[in-house]
Amino acid sequence: MKIGVCAKVTPDTGAQIKVVGNGIDTAGIKWVVNPYDAYAIEEAVKTVENHGGSVHLFTVGDDSVVAPLRAGGLAVGGEDLTQISDAALNDADSLGVAKALAASLKAAGVEAVFAGKESVDGVSSQVPAMVAELLGWPLVSIVTGFETDGSTFKATREIGGGVVEVVSGSLPAVFTCDKGLNTPRYAKLPQIMKAKRKKVIKQDLAAIGLSAADVAPKATESNFSEPAARPAGRMLSGSVQEQAKELVHLLRNEAKVL
Amino acid sequence: MEFFDNLLDETHTTVRDMARRFAEEHIRPHAEAWEESGTFPRELYPKAAEAGILSIGVPEQAGGSGGGALHQVMVIEGLMRGTSAGVVAGLGSLGIGLPAVWQTERADLIDRYVRPCLTGERISCLAITEPGTGSDVAGVRTKAVRDGSDWVVSGSKMFITSGVRADFITTLVRTGDDPHGGLSFLLIEADRPGVSVSRALRKTGWWASDTAELSFDAVRVPEGNLLGEEGEGFLTLMRNFQLERLALAAYGVATAQIALDEAMAYTKQRKAFGRSLSRFQITKHKLAEMATAVLTARTLTYQVAHRMDAGDYLIGEVSMAKNVAAKTAIDVCYDAVQLLGGMGYMRESVVERLSRDARLLPIGGGTQEIMREIIAKEMGL
Ligand SMILES: Cc1cc2nc3c(=O)[nH]c(=O)nc-3n(C[C@H](O)[C@H](O)[C@H](O)COP(=O)(O)OP(=O)(O)OC[C@H]3O[C@@H](n4cnc5c(N)ncnc54)[C@H](O)[C@@H]3O)c2cc1C
Repeated sequence: MKIGVCAKVTPDTGAQIKVVGNGIDTAGIKWVVNPYDAYAIEEAVKTVENHGGSVHLFTVGDDSVVAPLRAGGLAVGGEDLTQISDAALNDADSLGVAKALAASLKAAGVEAVFAGKESVDGVSSQVPAMVAELLGWPLVSIVTGFETDGSTFKATREIGGGVVEVVSGSLPAVFTCDKGLNTPRYAKLPQIMKAKRKKVIKQDLAAIGLSAADVAPKATESNFSEPAARPAGRMLSGSVQEQAKELVHLLRNEAKVL
Repeated sequence: MEFFDNLLDETHTTVRDMARRFAEEHIRPHAEAWEESGTFPRELYPKAAEAGILSIGVPEQAGGSGGGALHQVMVIEGLMRGTSAGVVAGLGSLGIGLPAVWQTERADLIDRYVRPCLTGERISCLAITEPGTGSDVAGVRTKAVRDGSDWVVSGSKMFITSGVRADFITTLVRTGDDPHGGLSFLLIEADRPGVSVSRALRKTGWWASDTAELSFDAVRVPEGNLLGEEGEGFLTLMRNFQLERLALAAYGVATAQIALDEAMAYTKQRKAFGRSLSRFQITKHKLAEMATAVLTARTLTYQVAHRMDAGDYLIGEVSMAKNVAAKTAIDVCYDAVQLLGGMGYMRESVVERLSRDARLLPIGGGTQEIMREIIAKEMGL
């Protein structure tokens, strides 16, 4: 089975995010494969280990995304990386990105697509659904369990209240992966070495039959703002009784939580 | 880490990140408990093997993952994020215990001893130092005498990392009278009659790593356990010291880096006289000096590792890297403790542990004085 995985790089979840202008300050930020996409990669690799086939990564981004995707994708079992890069995609919206990915996935002839349920930076959860629509395939979102025999699948999803839903169907289909689906493996040195030589297929829009007009954004991010700074903590003084009394007073009258 | 782009490629940074992830998931949450208990669970070995960490630096022909000196530096830096140098030393004792074994290129030894260590099933250690001699390796007195097709070993070894629970001991023994030419390596299984752990030693730092005094009382070891040729022990040891010393430099760099990070975080949030400690100029200058020292030590260590991987045999430079990194670790830890004030002296703070652990660095694997002797000799003095 030929599986496509849509993956992007996002700031390491430990990174300090500072808004500057209409974006974030990228200085000193470490870029890694989006953690939810790591579940998607692992599930795809596990699936081909059981059923044969190959895992192909697809991303939209400039050259800076290649190294993290080698480390977090090609070094853990991905066969190659298709990097769709085009000036017209620089400020693409979700639909533009989805169009590019769908066109490339289709051209590659994949039989199933895995992606993260969301990216930890954009958190819009739109791209995989749009890719499914553009490919005309069903979408199973926020998957925490997956089985396939190579032509049909059974996916489980945790819906509200801890209820588990089982969705069955036949491939091809698009799946978005959630935490709990698997534990992404560690990249091992021999695979890391091999990943250095694995192929990165660079495509511009023309290569996948699209034009700049096709991906022109219909929505743009117009502003970012940081959460309000937390007020400084306050130290209470006096005897334990006095402090307790003051604390209750503050919780009731200032914080209004009692 | 863009500063080191010319030395580190993706394989290095990926190895470092993997080792760090392993440390954060499997070491950091238990570091305090393991340190206090003076050991760590044996299960950590197979776990580290599963994550691909133990086999780095061992050639693929010997069952390893390949990789060079700089990859090994990355592993240590990543693992040190668990904040327990003792755990890293314990897990890493195969780094010094195995080379003399796989360097024989003997399939029987590789299958029986090397591979099981790389999967984490067995533990190895290296035994050079004795109660009566350390720096002066030519003073080794543990004797191996031929008797039929066996060697009979008598003597004792001191300060042996992982010696308490090692399954076999890569042991430097005296097989002849020549001070250097009379030394050989023997592989001694810990369950042979006559092998015993005389003491588990209590230490200033590296608490989670066991350190043993071992005794050999007429231990019979088959001829085939001789590693390499008789009389080659000293040469093998000197060759392998290079990587051991580089590894200790990496401990120093990592220790200093973590101490700096801890001090940065603490001084930002700790207030005195109405402001954060980090806003006092004296604090800023101190942190600036600490950062400078860390970068200096790291640069030298990476560069030496890089040249070693390119095939250079750098005796003086490795010794310099070890001394610089050891001194940096001690100085930066001292300053970090000072910046944390009373909290820096408390067992619950990471810098307290690091400052104790760092004290080993100018002693183990060749003292700073011996390093200077080597450097001076390389200078033709
Ligand atoms: C935690 C720990 C773990 C260890 N793990 C191992 C291990 O796994 N395997 C192993 O074999 N060993 C191990 N060692 C031993 C270590 O390698 C030795 O402690 C070290 O080599 C120094 O030897 P020594 O302790 O006998 O000191 P000595 O050689 O007695 O030296 C004492 C002092 O004299 C100085 N000195 C000695 N000779 C000279 C000289 N020519 N000129 C100037 N000064 C000199 C030394 O620098 C030192 O300051 C370990 C030690 C420790 C503390």
